[in-house]
Amino acid sequence: MAIAETRLIFKHIDSPGYTNDIDCYLKNGGYSTLRKAITMKTAEIITEVKTSGLRGRGGAGFPTGVKWGFIDPTKNTKPVYLICNADESEPGTFKDRQIIHKDPHQLIEGMIISCFANNVKLAYLYIRGEFPEGAKILERACNEARAKNFLGKNILGTGYDLEIYIHRGAGAYICGEETGLIESLEGKRAYPRIKPPYFPAVLGLYMSPTIVNNVETLCNIIHVLQMGGANFAKLGKPNNTGTRVLCVSGDVVKPGYYEFEVGALTLGQLIYEVCGGIKNGKKLKAIIPGGSSAKVLKAGERYKIKQKQADGTMIDVDLALEDIPMDFDTMAAVGSMAGSGGVIVMDETRSMPECLANISEFYAHESCGQCTPCREGSLWMKKITTRIRDGKATVEDVGVLKNVADNIAGRTICAFGEACSWPVQSFVTKFKEEFETVAGNGAKK
Amino acid sequence: MSCACKNPFNHDLATENTPMVNVQIDGEWVQVPKGMNIVAAAERFSKFIPHYCYHPKLSVVGNCRMCLVEMGTPKMDANRQPILAADGKPEIGWMPRPQIGCATQVSEGMGIRTNSPLVQECRKGVMEFLLINHPLDCPICDQAGECKLQEYSFEHGQSNSRFIEEKVTKPKNVDIGERIVLDDERCIMCSRCIRFSKEFAQDDVLGFTQRGSHTTLAVYPGKRLDNNYSLNTVDICPVGALTSKDFRFKMRVWFLKETKSICTGCSTGCNVLIGSRESEVHRLTPRENEEVNSLWMCDQGRLGFHEIHDENRLTTPLIHGVKSDWNTAITQLAHQLQGFKPEQIAIIASARMTNEELFLLSGLRKALGGESILCDIISRTGVADGILRSADLNPNTHGAQLLGIANSGKLEEIRSGVTKGSIQALLIFNETPGEAGISLESLKKTALVVNLGMRLNGLAHYNLPSSSFAEKRGTMINGKGRLQRLNRALSAPGQSRDDWEIIRDLKAAVGGGNGIHTVEEAFKAMANVVPAFKDLTIHKVGDLGIDLTLSNSLV
Repeated sequence: MAIAETRLIFKHIDSPGYTNDIDCYLKNGGYSTLRKAITMKTAEIITEVKTSGLRGRGGAGFPTGVKWGFIDPTKNTKPVYLICNADESEPGTFKDRQIIHKDPHQLIEGMIISCFANNVKLAYLYIRGEFPEGAKILERACNEARAKNFLGKNILGTGYDLEIYIHRGAGAYICGEETGLIESLEGKRAYPRIKPPYFPAVLGLYMSPTIVNNVETLCNIIHVLQMGGANFAKLGKPNNTGTRVLCVSGDVVKPGYYEFEVGALTLGQLIYEVCGGIKNGKKLKAIIPGGSSAKVLKAGERYKIKQKQADGTMIDVDLALEDIPMDFDTMAAVGSMAGSGGVIVMDETRSMPECLANISEFYAHESCGQCTPCREGSLWMKKITTRIRDGKATVEDVGVLKNVADNIAGRTICAFGEACSWPVQSFVTKFKEEFETVAGNGAKK
Repeated sequence: MSCACKNPFNHDLATENTPMVNVQIDGEWVQVPKGMNIVAAAERFSKFIPHYCYHPKLSVVGNCRMCLVEMGTPKMDANRQPILAADGKPEIGWMPRPQIGCATQVSEGMGIRTNSPLVQECRKGVMEFLLINHPLDCPICDQAGECKLQEYSFEHGQSNSRFIEEKVTKPKNVDIGERIVLDDERCIMCSRCIRFSKEFAQDDVLGFTQRGSHTTLAVYPGKRLDNNYSLNTVDICPVGALTSKDFRFKMRVWFLKETKSICTGCSTGCNVLIGSRESEVHRLTPRENEEVNSLWMCDQGRLGFHEIHDENRLTTPLIHGVKSDWNTAITQLAHQLQGFKPEQIAIIASARMTNEELFLLSGLRKALGGESILCDIISRTGVADGILRSADLNPNTHGAQLLGIANSGKLEEIRSGVTKGSIQALLIFNETPGEAGISLESLKKTALVVNLGMRLNGLAHYNLPSSSFAEKRGTMINGKGRLQRLNRALSAPGQSRDDWEIIRDLKAAVGGGNGIHTVEEAFKAMANVVPAFKDLTIHKVGDLGIDLTLSNSLV
């Protein structure tokens, strides 16, 4: 029996008759949370968000309240900007797109509340270039919100002004990196900035304090305020609160998006109960649990990790792949990450070298080229993985490939270095034998 | 006095009143100015952290990743006080990841490891990445010998290559400006040239196109890298991507002898290195002097040296157009000059001459009759560009004024005197009659015309070949009152002699010797009578010059 979803963010999405216009949204209680928020002190809202324990849904899982806390509006002489990162580009991830297309006002309301809380007068919604329809929908949603005085001058008579601009990207994955996004928004090449000194909270957009939040994260703000931070924190597990939209793709019977309390189900439950198991009766081979940059998990692996109990004590546990709960901390503990929530399932017929060659090609194409290790290494890895896939390589190439990845991770300006090298490191380490066998196939022929 | 130009950044210079902090570099505790970046701070203690993109005068971008070091901060106790080790120094909590030295500012108690195994491994990795798609055409590359890729490969690279893939190909021999050629395959995308053009030259024409390993440096469509500072990009390019059309394929840099001197193209007096081999100058490059030009110079000044090797250069003393020798020329000329009354003689000198030359010239003037002899320079005015170039295009106007050679308004009197015929003997030093506004007809009527310099004057009765700025020693005072030194990079061609020697000999032949046998002695004699040079010697001027407005109250 399938485990029941807990739909907060996707509450209305796909429900019969639900449309993405403001009337439908209002009929379903939309913008009532904004009406509540504007009666609150901004500090109260931020406190609720902190209490909620909400962590960023973009990939890094950074606590949202803490991020907001870095901005001190009383100390700033410059304006504070808020940017919604709708550059959803991580392969295997397709949750924000659903929100944008099917429930755009949820995002707009979440943004307005977040802006109000942080005294933001001007916000940007950066949407990837490949979502032209989404951009139109959001433009329309903003116009609708403006017409109803949820946006614009003197919002709902409070004297608070806010404008949101929709900005379309031009087709680059790196624009999802928050400082690359900021550069792009400023009209420059999306070269991620060095941190220090360019932390967005201090020197962000136009060198002003800036908050960059993911689409799903901003939607969550509504629910935090609706339920209260403390109640929100009861969803999920300590330090892994709320719900999570999981995007399942690959060799399962029912791929798609599902929303669960964070950590409420295991990988095994997700695949076998929620998604109906592996397609065509095949066996599971591997899972990438959090978007293509997350380290791969191999069927049959066991993980000895420390797990925090409800009372705060730590106990040693020995988990099988299928027993891993889908939460931030456990995913990190087993050596991967919850990332963007994109779960990619591979069955026994999948060639790991082929999968990796595909991933590496993507990252070689998307490396911005600013810093040396990623610029040169990502293309090199693509070339080696392609040769391995084609059987035109040697066992030594597999070792070189791993070492190239090692020379990138941890040495680049932004996390793209890890994004491109983690798949390589994990695939090659965990499927070494397969790589070495495939590598030489062509040579033997 | 401050630099003529304004650098957007001076990462290597601590501003006044910056407090010092204690920092541990490779196990040793030292004091460095707070907030200085690790690369600049370490360099103060002879710890060189290799880098490509970092440049002390440009914004920090941290893209090359060559300056990765290990960094740590003091471990703190519950009261946020540093935990001290047995030696009383803070215990350092090292960061697990290497950090870039260029963008990391030193703070109290910081620990830095510039050469640990992790750091060495990082450098080795970056070197390999930089070379896999590099053409390795070092044998025909102009940068060879002064290439950071070569240097750091030697120190931090490996001898074998693991790269067996096809290299990325990019545009080669790209004409991006009047004086610059770009080889995109050699480019390591450090972006120094982009930042220089934007931040210093105020000419934001360079940028990257494409992505990832295919990233390509290019000029903005329809634009050219033609600004007057474009050749500095060749200097700061750590590899052979940007080359100078003037210099490329002409000379291997390791054959060049570098002589410290100054540019004489305007009154800024940018400090330079003259790169010469045997009897030929091949290039000028800027030499660091924070008080004058920082690390830069303009293209005009840089390329001005070519007149030295003009094939029509005057190299033999000529009397009435006939080749002669110095002894005959000087003796005959002195004899002839003595036949004129002082009022009949005029001197047009040049503010491109050194102080020593001008000083000796004032002695010659005295010997020939003193103040009654009209004497002036030709002033040259251009447009100050607000960067380095001065409006005064003469390099030593201050010196000419100080030594009584520049006499405002006298040039006009000389001109009319020559026209009227009241001036019968005209001595022209390193200038041309045309520039002085004297017509050929008037010149033809003049009984005695003497031309000293590098160029032939067809109407002169005496043509005396002298030295270029690169062939002589001496001093000049720049527009801001800084006394600076020229040095001899090569010998003057043919029978050409140093101006000061010619003038001294002529003076001796007219009015007796003065015991001056060297430039040093000329300076000493000058210092004895000119208060601005009091207590100074050429040696004391040093490589970086002396601010006379401070030391000798030159106004």
